[in-house]
Amino acid sequence: MKAAVVVFPGSNCDRDLKVALEQAGAQVSMIWHKDTDLPSGIDLVGIPGGFSFGDYLRCGAIAANSPICRSIISHAEKGGYVLGICNGFQVLTETGLLPGVLLRNAGLKYVCKAVDLKVETSDSAYTSGYAKGATITIPIAHHDGNYFADTDTLARLNGDDRVAFRYAKNPNGSVEDIAGILSDNRRVLGMMPHPERMADPLHGNTEGRLLFESVVGALERA
Amino acid sequence: MKARVHVMLKAGVLDPQGEAVRHALAQLGFDGVEGVRQGKVIELDLAETDRAKAEETVREMCEKLLANTVIESYSVEIA
Repeated sequence: MKAAVVVFPGSNCDRDLKVALEQAGAQVSMIWHKDTDLPSGIDLVGIPGGFSFGDYLRCGAIAANSPICRSIISHAEKGGYVLGICNGFQVLTETGLLPGVLLRNAGLKYVCKAVDLKVETSDSAYTSGYAKGATITIPIAHHDGNYFADTDTLARLNGDDRVAFRYAKNPNGSVEDIAGILSDNRRVLGMMPHPERMADPLHGNTEGRLLFESVVGALERA
Repeated sequence: MKARVHVMLKAGVLDPQGEAVRHALAQLGFDGVEGVRQGKVIELDLAETDRAKAEETVREMCEKLLANTVIESYSVEIA
């Protein structure tokens, strides 16, 4: 199973994401944002956390218009898997691959702590290893994680079981406590919390590891 | 030709930064500020000399990059 992790100027969780995917059994290549094409045979593209392009204009906006993002969009449109974490989630909303937007945290503060998440669906390659309704502890580290979408979009997300994770205690003002959502084909996941930071015993717990094992395992069997 | 783009959060989208500014103004003794909305002004220098074409192009820029129309509205002035 082959994965690619995209690196933008200002990405800072790219190597953590690579390690987490490798520990789950993926073969990972790092892709620079100026590249125009993904390597052939890529199953999963990871868009890491960080502050791509200094968060200029809007978080993720410049990255979403970078050369490699055009290839990522066509990869997703062909049914490819894309995982965006933190800034990666912001990039995915800016590309339009996921609906809604991430606003400044309601409390205006950068929030960096481990939070409890409720797994809302196990019906995706990413969350199939978790029990629906399970609570897992995963760190967040963001200033702009306040998910917002209009009521029609929220109704669609809820109706189609596309909310992957909700915060047990809302840290940032996100509408309906949303922490992560899936695309309509359930192959694109965007989430603000960092599962790659809870993927090794040295991190304190390994509850994030299951996400990588689930998706890598599913794609290996495919 | 110069263009100026104003980008504002749409009505109904919470603007926590505007709220923080409103609180700070109240602390400075400016009473009666009932609302603050913070936006962006983007100035562009364009090679285009045709006003209508310039406006059309800048609107396209707004749709593609300068504004996120999920939450933001924009207006374009051509000077």
